[in-house]
Order: sequence, then C-alpha cells, then structure tokens
Amino acid sequence: MLPRPGAARPALLGRLLEDERSLAYLLLTPTIVLLALFIAYPFVLGVWLSVSSATVGVAGHFVGLKNFDKAWNDSIFRTAAFNTFLYTGVTTVFKLALGIWLAVLLNRHFRGKRLIRAFVLLPFIIPTVLSTFAWKWMFDPTFSVINWGLWKLDLITARVNWLGDPYLSLISVMIVNVWRGVPFFAISLLAGLQTISPELHEAAAIDGANAWQRFWRVTWPLLLPVTMVVVLFSVIQTFADFQLVYVLTGGGPANATHLFATYAYQIGVGTGLLSEGAAISLAMFPVLFLVVVLQLWYIRRVETR
Amino acid sequence: MAARGARRGRRTAALLLCYVIIGLFVVFFLFPPYWMALTSFKTNQEIESLEGIPFVIQKGATLRHYQDLFTKTDFLIYFKNSVLVTVPVVVISMVISVLAAYALSRLGFAGAGVIGTAVFLVYLVPDSLLFIPLFKIIGTLGLLNSKWSLVLVYPSLIVPFATWLLIGYFASIPKELDEAALVDGANHLQMLVQIFLPVAVPGLIAATIFAFTVSWSGFLYPLAFTFSSDQQVLTTGTVTSLIKGDVYHWGGLMAGAILACLPPVLLYVFLMDYYISGLTAGSTKA
Repeated sequence: MLPRPGAARPALLGRLLEDERSLAYLLLTPTIVLLALFIAYPFVLGVWLSVSSATVGVAGHFVGLKNFDKAWNDSIFRTAAFNTFLYTGVTTVFKLALGIWLAVLLNRHFRGKRLIRAFVLLPFIIPTVLSTFAWKWMFDPTFSVINWGLWKLDLITARVNWLGDPYLSLISVMIVNVWRGVPFFAISLLAGLQTISPELHEAAAIDGANAWQRFWRVTWPLLLPVTMVVVLFSVIQTFADFQLVYVLTGGGPANATHLFATYAYQIGVGTGLLSEGAAISLAMFPVLFLVVVLQLWYIRRVETR
Repeated sequence: MAARGARRGRRTAALLLCYVIIGLFVVFFLFPPYWMALTSFKTNQEIESLEGIPFVIQKGATLRHYQDLFTKTDFLIYFKNSVLVTVPVVVISMVISVLAAYALSRLGFAGAGVIGTAVFLVYLVPDSLLFIPLFKIIGTLGLLNSKWSLVLVYPSLIVPFATWLLIGYFASIPKELDEAALVDGANHLQMLVQIFLPVAVPGLIAATIFAFTVSWSGFLYPLAFTFSSDQQVLTTGTVTSLIKGDVYHWGGLMAGAILACLPPVLLYVFLMDYYISGLTAGSTKA
C-alpha cells in the first residue's frame, strides 16, 4: 500500500515540526548545561567573589568595591594593566605585519611550498608551555645561545640579560609571543588570499599599478574581513595571556612583567586571596567585551555592505 | 634583447630575494624546536659548556636524559594522566558538539540564530577570566587536586568552537538530501548517523584535532587545579619535577618537552590538511 502524499502531508508536517522543536532543545541540552555550569556560573561567581572578602576556605561577605579600589591603588596592578595593553598592542602590530608579509610570499607558486607551509605552522602546533621552555633556555643568563650568536657576530660586547632586566624581559616575552602567533596569522591570511581572484591582480598590473599599489588597492581591502577576524581572535588571546609570562619570568623581575592573568593567579591561587584575584581577573572583562562588540559590529557592517 | 634579459634578471633576483626571506622566516620558526631537540641529546657536560659551536653535538649524543625521565621522574605517570584526561574529553566534547551542531544547522526552531551566536561568543571567553571562580567550584565539588576536574572543565573550552566548526560543515550538505531521507521514513537519528556524519568526516576530524589540542596542551587549569605528582598532566608535571628551586635540568626538561610534543606533532604531520582547514575555518567562515 502506497501512502497518499496529498492527504498525509499536513498532519505529518505538523507533527514533524512539533517534533523538530522538542528534538532541537533535547539535542542542545548537554551544550546548554555544560556552558551554564562551567562558563556562565563561574562568571557570575567571579563577579560575586570580586565584591566579597572570600579567601581559600573562607566564604567571605559582601565588601562592595573594596577589592577594585585596592587593585587600583596597587602599583603592581597598574604595571600589570600597562604591560597588558603594551604587550597586546605591540605584538599584534608585529604579528599582523609579519603574518601578511609571509602570507603574500607563500601565495606564490614555488617548489617545496607544502613543506615550507608545514614548517611555518610548527610553533602553533607545539604546546605553548613546552616551546616557551625552549625559549627560556635560549634566554638563559649564562648559556644563552642567542647571546653566543650575537657575540660571534660582534653585535654585543657584554652578556644580555634577556629575562633579568625589567624592560628587556618584557621585550623578550613579546618576541616569544610574536614567534608563537605569526604562523596563525600567516596561515589564516594565506587562506584568505587564496580566495582573491588572480585576475584582479592581472587587471591592476595591466593598468600600470606596481606591486605596492596592487597590495594596498586590491589585496588589502579584499583581505580586510579575514584580517579583522584573525586580529579579534589574537587580541583576545594575547590580552588574556598567561602561559608565556608565567613560564618566562613568573611576573618578575620584581613584579615588573605581570599581565592581568599572571597577577590574578599570583594573588588568587598563589596567595589564596580569591576575592582580590577574581577582581584583578575581572578587570580584563570590559576591554575584552569592547573588543568583541567592536569587531562584531565591524564584521556585520562588512557583510551587509 | 638586452631589455628582455635585464627584465628576466630582475625577476630572478626578486624570486631569489623571496626565497631568502622565506628562508629567514623558516629559520626563526624552526630554531627553538631544533634547539629543544638538540639539547635533549647533549650530555650535561656539553650543555654547560661555552666552548665550540653550540649548534651541533660535539662530544657524542646521549639518551641519558630520556632514560632519567623514565627511571628518575614520574614522567610516565604524567603521560598516562594526559591520555586519561584527553581521551574522555575528546569523546564527550565531540558527542555534545555533534548533537548541538545538528540541532542548530538542521532543525528549524525559534531562537536557533540567537543560540548559535551565543555559542560563538562563549568561545571568545578566555580561560584566564574564569579560573579563579572555577578553582572555588572545583573545590566545592571536592575535585581539587584531581585530574578528573579537567575532564569536567575542558569540554566547556572545546564545545563552542567545535560546534561552530561543525555547523559550517553540516550547512554545506544539501537540504534535498535530508528531505529525501525523511520522505523515505528515516528518523533524525538515522539521518544524523547515516548521512551527516559520513559526509562531514573532514569536519569531524578537524574538530577532533582541535579538541585533542586544547586538552593536551592546556596549562592554566591543570596548574591551578592539580598539585601532587600522581594527578599532574604532562604540561605541568614535566616542569615541576625537573625544576628544583632555581636549578633547571635543561637536558631533562627538553627531553620531556620533545616527548610531550610528539603526539600533537605526529597528528599534525599526518593530518595537516584537516588541521589547516579547521584552523582557517575560524577566520574565513565567520
């Protein structure tokens, strides 16, 4: 017996839609429970902790904005805030510039391209803590291989104390961040470049545009949407970075290289002052929020244009 | 003739310059891992020597550091813990993500768009924003200093991006396919298993790689939530057992780092295209 489509459809469709809706909520339940328990609830708890006097093992009570006030008047917190902005700004500029440069170079056809691309992504593949330890060893005060090289090239006359000097150690951390981040920029931007039709470049070349003009008038505007998303990911990751500073300097020397995250860890987990740690960590939120809103607004504007 | 020759010469020079610059980039990227591997095979005597050229092994390679890692430290326990954490995290995260991605890409219902955007936004929440309240929650659950706390928490870092990645792959499957299957009397579960999953294999592989990477290389959560060596994973354990106060055992540290790197690097070598498609999906599909 064949089903008669004409008669069965309305009822079937109605039931199906009804089913689909409840099925959808059923399938989404694990995700919603997971994100509610380990993202939303911790966030709310973090806000509560930041206005309480909780420490490890002590529930604490409401103290208003005391923790934020204390952080604001804490010179280490101010240094950490300054460092975080500087670290994010400087490294993002370098990662973007070097990433685009490398992507444009890799977008040509040449022998061994696949192998080169594989090598380029390696810093991104190696777990960050482990590669950062390799860098820490390269920055070693006595046996630094970088110093050895610079010495042999006659570029330095005395040992460079890469991680011992307050200013230099921040630069060292930035170098490692750029090393770690350029591959992500380059490979993502390369994927973006591959969607740009070569005919556009040929047309521009025929019109007499040189390579520099072709980059700024053709490549850059077409690559901008991808660039913005890559920058969004990178800025958030860098602003909230923990591992590099924790491993390389531990926030030192003399608390000069702390970022929000490492200082929050030192106070919150290291010292056990959960409430003050939560306040320091939460201080990142307004900036992260603003970055996300701005970028989403921009992406939406580009999409609807 | 002369003009054409000059132009060809200029083009060759440009190409050569291009190679040189790419070469410099590659040296910059590869030197730290090379130095890591090299140090792990050097004798302590050579590591702590300022004579000769440090870029090669001069006084004979040794496996001593690797031996010590297995016999004198708890390296094997850390490795086992990393595996014990990563396997369930990957399985749990993938199941949750596949279900969510199917619902969000295929089942029409009010609020799908809002939930989809919310899931993406959650991916942007960094771990360093939440680790202190999570530390308290883990403590309340009695899971402080237990590796199982990581199994509980890691999926929340993975599911948002994995779901979002899979939505992209599922959305590329033509709608006619599931309408045909529904007319044939297939239910949603059959459709998911028999049609969607086989077609979306590249997406599943990319998402699995992402899940593996997050879990295997995670550092802040294990650092904050576990402290005794029987509960630590590779990223935190290798470090704590080879740094005694101010003394760094660089040979052993680098040997441990090499072994801990191996699983993700091997995965990358064999599945590079999936790796890159997952990585770039984030920026090119947004």
